[in-house]
Amino acid sequence: MKMKNFGERIPQSLFFIIALSALTVLALITVFIFIEGVPLIAKVGFFKFIFGMKWAPSQGFYGIFPMIVGTISVTLGAIILGVPVALCCAIFLAEFAPRWLSDIVRPAIQLLAGIPSVVYGFWGLIFIVPLIRNYLGGPGLSILAGSIILAIMILPTVISISEVSLLALSPLLKEGAFALGATHWQTIRSVLVPAAKSGILASIILGIGRAVGETMAVIMVLGNAVALPNSILSPVRTLTTNIGIEMGYASGDHQQALFATGIVLLVIIMILNSLAQYSIRRK
Amino acid sequence: MGIRVNPRTTQKIAKVVIWSAAILVLLLLFTIIIYILSKGIPHITWQFLTEIPSDMGKSGGILSAIVGTLAVTIVAIVVATPLGVGTAFYLTEYTRESGVTKIIRFSAESLAGIPSIVYGLFGFIFFVTYLKLGWSILSGGLTLAVMILPTIIRTSEEAIRTVPPMYREVSFSLGGTKWQTMTKVLIPSALPGIATGIILGIGRCVAETAAIILTAGSALQMPTSLFSPARTLAVHFYILASEGISLENAYATAAILIILILLINIGANLLVNRVVAKRR
Repeated sequence: MKMKNFGERIPQSLFFIIALSALTVLALITVFIFIEGVPLIAKVGFFKFIFGMKWAPSQGFYGIFPMIVGTISVTLGAIILGVPVALCCAIFLAEFAPRWLSDIVRPAIQLLAGIPSVVYGFWGLIFIVPLIRNYLGGPGLSILAGSIILAIMILPTVISISEVSLLALSPLLKEGAFALGATHWQTIRSVLVPAAKSGILASIILGIGRAVGETMAVIMVLGNAVALPNSILSPVRTLTTNIGIEMGYASGDHQQALFATGIVLLVIIMILNSLAQYSIRRK
Repeated sequence: MGIRVNPRTTQKIAKVVIWSAAILVLLLLFTIIIYILSKGIPHITWQFLTEIPSDMGKSGGILSAIVGTLAVTIVAIVVATPLGVGTAFYLTEYTRESGVTKIIRFSAESLAGIPSIVYGLFGFIFFVTYLKLGWSILSGGLTLAVMILPTIIRTSEEAIRTVPPMYREVSFSLGGTKWQTMTKVLIPSALPGIATGIILGIGRCVAETAAIILTAGSALQMPTSLFSPARTLAVHFYILASEGISLENAYATAAILIILILLINIGANLLVNRVVAKRR
């Protein structure tokens, strides 16, 4: 057999098997996390696990409701602070920025996505947290601090996907609006943004996914208290930080409870991902 | 109806708001980077880079963390690249769009969205516990491989798709076989794009913390084999900062992380620009 022919003998089925790796891994992740976590949810009871107010593993209490509230409040804060800035920035890149400037801004945003999340967390701890403590009161470690850090961290996701969907629009839309006498802003607001809305929506959903899933950045700035917050200056714990903090020393039921927390996270993320993909495809 | 504002006035206001948003984003980026670099760079010395940490990282350097980072990254790239590039070839060259390709793409997209802490849980239960690899470079590297797989699939697929169809046709018309077309025509033309994906994957490996701390552990010793536990730079930085061991060393480690990420991004951009320049 000549070496030249060797490659031809690699059957298509080999490529098919390689191509199944992503699916296989996804299945393994789901199966293993469910196998570890489901027994505890069954033991505690689904309702008591999700809506239980008390998390005290040493006494056998596994209620994650305060962390669900923590995750929702920090994510909501991040969206409120981050999405308007991100959308303006996407519009800037797609419509306003001169070529040389967008050639600087785009790599800068890519860099923002590459900065390690621990560095964001540390920067939040030494820069944002003292600002909040000194000017707004409270411990500084708070929903607000986490929301600010996450708002910065979701910028690259929301900006890049929104920008792509704005750039993908037919130039005819813009020309038509201009021909009707609309100003540039009227065109953006009433024609371009509505036309790109499925992509923009997907970018926001993926941003929400990023915020829900982030661990190391928020672990340093949230204070991690397991209690319902009463203001944006209260410390909270999220689903991710619960795993990050306790996984180092947990065993037995406690460890299973952290996997169960992982199941809740995984389900939320899969729903968000499916919504985003549906939104992108719909156009 | 409220007060009618002149469209030209709103146009001006909108322009100011949009420009300020873009400036704000740039300012945030520069504030973070300059803050960390200015506090960290003064503490980076030759000894810091070449000594093994001692006293929990309070003194000594970060050599074992540099080696740990390199080791898990290499494992991740070596495992993820053939799988990712192979998947991309399957999706572009070996099949047409069907239910199967839809499922493969959906899986890759879903993997891309899974939080790193969930990867950490999976790596811990699957590689560390079930496959009995322990907290090790191998467990950490394999977990990272799974994490960067979607990035490599996506960038490679895009790179292969942008090879003009004419290249394939010419190769086939000269009697080239599918394998020859792939190895001699497609891979060389798509290489910068594929390399960009790999570089982005390296960036994610260097930056990752949550998934590694649960799978490779946080041992300070110099790793001796693939089965040794190891601490990466990001994990080392996290432990220094969060346990208040040494703020100076934490800043210095953070500065090194930022410099690495800067270099990785510059490398990726140079490659992308080369691809774009070639296409024009």
